Amino acid sequence: MTALDASGLGKRYRQRWALSDCTLQIPEGRVAGLLAPSAGTITVLGGEPASGPAQLAKVGFVAQDTPVYAGLSVADHLRLGAHLNPGWDAGYAQRRIDRLDLDPAQRAGKLSGGQRAQLALTLAIAKRPQLLILDEPVASLDPLARREFLQDLMEAVAEQGASVILSSHLVADLERVCDYLIVLAASRVQIADDVDALLASHHRLIGGRRDPASLPGDQEVVQASHTDRQSTMIVRTSQPVLDPAWTVEQLSLEDLVLAYMSQAANGHRSTRPTLEAQR
Amino acid sequence: MIWLTWRQFRTQAVAVWALVAAFGLLLLVTGPHLVTLYRDSSFAACRSNCGQAAGNFLNQLANDPPYHTVYLLGALLIILLPAVIGLFWGAPLLARELESGSFRLAWNQSVTRERWLAVKLGVLGLASMAVAGLLSLILGWWASPIDNAAGLAGTGGFQSRFFPLDFGTRGIAPIGYAAFAFVLGVLVGLMFRRTVLAMGITLAVLVAVQIAFPMVVRPHLITPVRETTALTAANIQGLGINQDGQLQNVFAQAPSVPGAWIISSQVTTSSGSTALGTVPQACQSQQGPNACFSALAQKNLNQAAVYQPANRYWTFQWIETGIYLTVAILLAWGCFWWVRRRLS
Repeated sequence: MTALDASGLGKRYRQRWALSDCTLQIPEGRVAGLLAPSAGTITVLGGEPASGPAQLAKVGFVAQDTPVYAGLSVADHLRLGAHLNPGWDAGYAQRRIDRLDLDPAQRAGKLSGGQRAQLALTLAIAKRPQLLILDEPVASLDPLARREFLQDLMEAVAEQGASVILSSHLVADLERVCDYLIVLAASRVQIADDVDALLASHHRLIGGRRDPASLPGDQEVVQASHTDRQSTMIVRTSQPVLDPAWTVEQLSLEDLVLAYMSQAANGHRSTRPTLEAQR
Repeated sequence: MIWLTWRQFRTQAVAVWALVAAFGLLLLVTGPHLVTLYRDSSFAACRSNCGQAAGNFLNQLANDPPYHTVYLLGALLIILLPAVIGLFWGAPLLARELESGSFRLAWNQSVTRERWLAVKLGVLGLASMAVAGLLSLILGWWASPIDNAAGLAGTGGFQSRFFPLDFGTRGIAPIGYAAFAFVLGVLVGLMFRRTVLAMGITLAVLVAVQIAFPMVVRPHLITPVRETTALTAANIQGLGINQDGQLQNVFAQAPSVPGAWIISSQVTTSSGSTALGTVPQACQSQQGPNACFSALAQKNLNQAAVYQPANRYWTFQWIETGIYLTVAILLAWGCFWWVRRRLS
């Protein structure tokens, strides 16, 4: 079963399409953004999102600002989780709070940003979801807290075998924890695949100046830049690059994401411009 | 969900219930002596034509400071209660969650948002109705000797329970007001998403409704009785003369209909006209008011009264409570619609 299956998904804010024609499948058991769509259909774990208590129980969500009830204590939040979730793992929640050194009597409004995020994550994990969706959970955290939060998240997820969808602007964070990557830019899905497969299929080619159109058909140019004598191209191909004229370099995940994002910003599509092909 | 609702609500709940409990204690302390005063009065022993005895009893109470004060305090509390419920129970209920973002925490537990809303509306709505009903019940019990007497002769600052200001302080109507005020607050909070703004708007709407309803709607719930009687000299209290020397109006004591709600009372000619004609000679000379009033009475004037008789009191209570509860249910439906369609 796929964890998330979207087809023709779109979200419009007034006149602007924030997301258009988004079709993707995220396999289960992966650590891999999400909105109420204006168009298209979305299936989460085989059902319509939030269609009932059983469906809600399968999905854990931590919003960007990691909301908690400021007036309730940490212990009250655990009690809340226990009352509202049939699959609540009280032992796990308690152990996690103890390990994080959160005072159960402390009011959630008095917690630091990192502690609040941890509390929100504890609630989301202890309900034992099959899919955990985190919307920039680390955006407000300092670098150390961010690293600890993500590490902790990975341990918890590994323990429970849940799928995770994590959105972030920080590629370094994603690189540390994710094995499946979706790049959303200019309202479209630019790429969605296993991180290992992405890294294996993308190469940076450096060599004498060349027209991108002269490359073999199986090499899809993502980004090309030229100096007077030299061309640097980022290409996607399932085949090894055998042309001895090129120096082939391995791409980092960050380079790869930036290449797709700048391609989207420049308005290019993944198919090569027709003018270039005819010349 | 009930646990969470109670956990979030308990401070406000305790505050309001403590207020009602304190007032109940005041009634308990003053009640027994009021009953003794009633038993010892000639009103309690009276079996027929008790208007005079009732008036004496009320005048006696009016001179006994605690009773009139407690009577007014009770009326004030029960009139303010819907506003307190709407502002402090209703408006913040969802506005605070939307403002702080905590609704997203609640909505991501294994509870649908419809159930989340239903439990919140149900628990606090029933609590609102219960507190209003209880306050009305204990106040009505305490004030029953006063209400009985005032139903025969409103005097000494005590009025019939049918009077617009007192109508909403007795019986079951406060339950309807409380339910309406609560759900109104919730819906306004849901629509405007700001606690303080929602409290302000709720208060404005509540005040407008509570003033407009008794003035505009309530008199017409049942067609009032129109009764025309001949004006007697004893009923005349004064007269007004306009610039042309014509009789502008005659002030007369409202007809004595025990316990009724007199909506209007006007002096007319025998043909029903409000042009009362010339001022009698007796009123222009220095013969004193009695001669003037006798002369006025001889002009064959009528007194046209529009009123709701006392026996319609409970019918009015049921109709008004029904209207408020129906509106509350419609507003609750609006809350569900808003949560489903507008918030996501």
